[in-house]
Amino acid sequence: MLQGWVILLVAFAYLGVLFAVAYYGDKRAEARRSIIANPYIYALSLAVYCSTWTFYGSVGRAASTGIGFLPIYLGPTLTAALWWFAMRKIIRISKAYRITSIADFIANRYGKSQLLAGLVTVIAVLGVVPYISLQLKAISGSFTILSNYPNVVMPSQAVAQSFANNTALYLALMLAAFTILFGTRHLDATERHEGMVAAIAFESVVKLLAFLVVGAFVTFGVYRGFGDIFRLAQQEPSLRPLMTVPDTSGNYTSWGFLILLSMLSIFALPRQFQIAVVENVDEDHLRKATWLFPLYLLLINVFVLPIALGGLMVFGPGVDADTFVLTLPMAHQKEAIAAFAFVGGLSAGTGMVIVETIALSTMVCNDLVMPVLLRWKSLRLNERADLSRLLLLIRRCAITGILMLGYIHFRAAGEAYALVATGLISFAAVAQFAPAMFGSLYWRGGTHAGAIAGLSGGFAVWAYTLLLPSFAKSGWLPETFITAGPLGISLLKPQELFGLTGMDEISHCLFWSLLANVGLLVGVSLLGRQNANETEQATLFVDVFRRTPALERSAFWRASASVADLLPLIGRFLGPDRARESFLAYARRRGMASLDDLSADRDLVAFAENQLAGAIGGASARVMIASVVQQQAPGIDEVMNILDEASQVRAYSRQLEQKSKQLEEATSELRAANKALQELDRMKDDFVSTVTHELRTPLTSIRAFSEILLDDPEIRLPDRKRFLATIVKETQRLTRLINQVLELAKIESGSAEWHTTELDVKDVIRESVETTSQLFRESRIGIFTAFDGEVLPRVTADRDRLMQVLINLLSNAVNVCRPGEGRVEIRLGISRNFLRVDVRDNGPGIAAGDHEKVFEKFRQVGDTLTGKPRGTGLGLPISRRIIEHFGGRLWVESDLGEGATFSFTLPLPRPPADSDVTVAQAAG
Amino acid sequence: MGKRILIVDDEPNIVTSLEYLMKREGYEVQIAVDGEAGLKAAAGGAPDLILLDIMLPKMNGFEVCERLRGDPRCRGVKIVMLTAKGRQADTARGMAAGADLYVTKPFSTRELVAQVKQMLG
Repeated sequence: MLQGWVILLVAFAYLGVLFAVAYYGDKRAEARRSIIANPYIYALSLAVYCSTWTFYGSVGRAASTGIGFLPIYLGPTLTAALWWFAMRKIIRISKAYRITSIADFIANRYGKSQLLAGLVTVIAVLGVVPYISLQLKAISGSFTILSNYPNVVMPSQAVAQSFANNTALYLALMLAAFTILFGTRHLDATERHEGMVAAIAFESVVKLLAFLVVGAFVTFGVYRGFGDIFRLAQQEPSLRPLMTVPDTSGNYTSWGFLILLSMLSIFALPRQFQIAVVENVDEDHLRKATWLFPLYLLLINVFVLPIALGGLMVFGPGVDADTFVLTLPMAHQKEAIAAFAFVGGLSAGTGMVIVETIALSTMVCNDLVMPVLLRWKSLRLNERADLSRLLLLIRRCAITGILMLGYIHFRAAGEAYALVATGLISFAAVAQFAPAMFGSLYWRGGTHAGAIAGLSGGFAVWAYTLLLPSFAKSGWLPETFITAGPLGISLLKPQELFGLTGMDEISHCLFWSLLANVGLLVGVSLLGRQNANETEQATLFVDVFRRTPALERSAFWRASASVADLLPLIGRFLGPDRARESFLAYARRRGMASLDDLSADRDLVAFAENQLAGAIGGASARVMIASVVQQQAPGIDEVMNILDEASQVRAYSRQLEQKSKQLEEATSELRAANKALQELDRMKDDFVSTVTHELRTPLTSIRAFSEILLDDPEIRLPDRKRFLATIVKETQRLTRLINQVLELAKIESGSAEWHTTELDVKDVIRESVETTSQLFRESRIGIFTAFDGEVLPRVTADRDRLMQVLINLLSNAVNVCRPGEGRVEIRLGISRNFLRVDVRDNGPGIAAGDHEKVFEKFRQVGDTLTGKPRGTGLGLPISRRIIEHFGGRLWVESDLGEGATFSFTLPLPRPPADSDVTVAQAAG
Repeated sequence: MGKRILIVDDEPNIVTSLEYLMKREGYEVQIAVDGEAGLKAAAGGAPDLILLDIMLPKMNGFEVCERLRGDPRCRGVKIVMLTAKGRQADTARGMAAGADLYVTKPFSTRELVAQVKQMLG
């Protein structure tokens, strides 16, 4: 026997369990060991979509339209595939900008407009109230039915009619209390309710199990499986149409619109937004949800048709098909199953009501009440130290208020509509959010005015074509309003607007309302102009994946405010402790130990606004922050300037980077050049110093002997002669030195004049030998040339300079040879490309280590006291430069004690190609 | 008298002129043509004054001077450095090496003789 108190006990016990789950969830969340941080809980909580509409209504719908209950589930199933793109973007945006409701979302996108937020809130509340009333109706109905167990009595025919109504009132109050407990125990900037989500996931499991149990009971307990039911139903002519899709165009239209409607609703329903977006912990959870959620929908729909057909066959027309889930087990005296079905329905209803009213209360509080209160100067809210209690109070009142509205709607229109029909009215209302919402994701061009116009237009059409007719059907308006149109104007008949017929009322409403909505949104947007705020927000929304939100956002805030200004402000809304905590956490994230270290920059302002946005909504938050930072909203020009500036700065920094790289390169080149210059300078300094030394040495002798001769006229004649000869020799040496220094300088600087001609090297050698013959004779050194009569190719060279080289080599040879024993030989050689001249002596030779040194300037190797006039130390360096100028090479080969051979080469002119031509002809 | 002077230079004509000048003043003259020979002659011949060139084969004048100053037998000897190197740094280095006088080539024979006379007192 199911007495009223037993049912109440079961109901409270169930709600108690639910609350325990929620409490546990909250505790775990506080301990930072969240139980909802996994994709399965997320997917299950999304099943809050399945309310009593699904639990009871689907069967009712199926009993009248067959598979007509399906579009409502096909829509979300189809959209689930797109969640990864659209829903993830919504989540990303909402997390980035602390968006806590759909009103906040839409208002944020269109320039953080309070007006828009308010409008969305009003539409949401008005639109959703019927939906809540249907939950009240279903639950209170199920209570009434169950309390009449084992008799199956419809609530409308129940003896205690007033009691049923009172049940709904008590239920509404109880749900309000429960929701307040769930949702408004404290205030959180993120508006997340972990415990609630856990409870919702739990209730989703319960309602699914309950429905499956009832379905299995009907299918396998009452009948013998699916085949049995469908076979029996097939025999009833009245049931046959339910198993096929009526082949009319209107029906397909209806299917199409219902699918579209449910596709939009899964995004736009406040409770779906709350669960899918606000309560989302990790956007990766969407991946699993995209198949888990459709799977859930499939499971909960498997038994809909069997139950509907079974109910129709068992009861006939006397029993409301919306109650089959409950009444079928009752008719078969299955108390436990009936009770479980009741719990399932209760579960579905409470889940929906809790989430929906929490979502709506947040919106009402943040976007409707607070903006008004904050503007109400005489309330002096700005001066109140802690507004968090006020915020909670407003939300609690809003929850109660919304449930009361649901109750009133239930009383007024309760019996006129089936569950699903009531639900669809709500769907059509919230579907009006979709254009502005999706527009905000993908269209930069939408304007605030466009969004207001679209929403208002769509909502007005919805009210006219769906809400007012529902009033008419409930008797609040004359029936003729529907049948003849207002004032008898048939074109304005609300359900056949402008003569559009052949559609069911939902399709009809959706067609006109979305047409008006999208048309106005696009039209007004294109005609109007975005202000700076809207442009800013549009960019932030559309490009959310491409941005690092925190940084970009702060870039737009040009003002600054100190912690001393911001902390009390946030504290007023979040409570001083909570605010202080979050500021501290922010400081720590930035690597600072205390609040005093926080700099008053744009980031801090943005952070504060984010915090506040969570509590009172983005639009109000901006107003509140602006009141502290004394900053005017930037005008379009300023934003353009900022953007311009930003891109310029970027370009400039790129240039700067480039330039600094170039500069670095230039610096290192300069450093190398400077080093080379310093080296050159040092070498030049050394050179000058050496030249000076070399000049001073003969000068010293000249001066000394001159003074001796001058001071002492009595000097003996041989001495006098000797001294004078020395003076002459040293003077010659000096002259030679000066000439050679100058010549070397000319050759090195490239300013020497060259008179190149074609010449026979043998001639030059002969001439050089002739020139130095006196030297050789004096030293009694033999000179031999090992060539005669050979015809040599002519070479290109400067005759005088070539001779200078040869004379230098010959004089050096004479100088190193011992007089009387010396022998110098000149040889000629010829190779493919070069002519080679060797000057060989039989002097002391040069150590291998000194072979290159003899070619250095002023470097003289070997015994210096030979009694011979010394060289200048420049002969060989100059000779080498001359030969190199001709394209040849000058070097020495020698061993100590073996004499030395100085050799040089001169390039031969390229041989003519005659030989090649001959070969070619022979081959040809 | 019989004061002894050691000439260390590798330039024969300069040696000749210095030898003539010093002998004319009545000094005994010894000659060395490179640094090592100069060092040896200074140790062996116990000269009163050394005319020391800097750019010498085998061991340069600075080093010869430093070594002489480090040798107790030669501590009293007067050293006159003769150099064709005119840079200030060279002068400074010569004085640091312990020379009594630093004379730049070409020099005035009269002045040089006068200074040598003065130094030998």
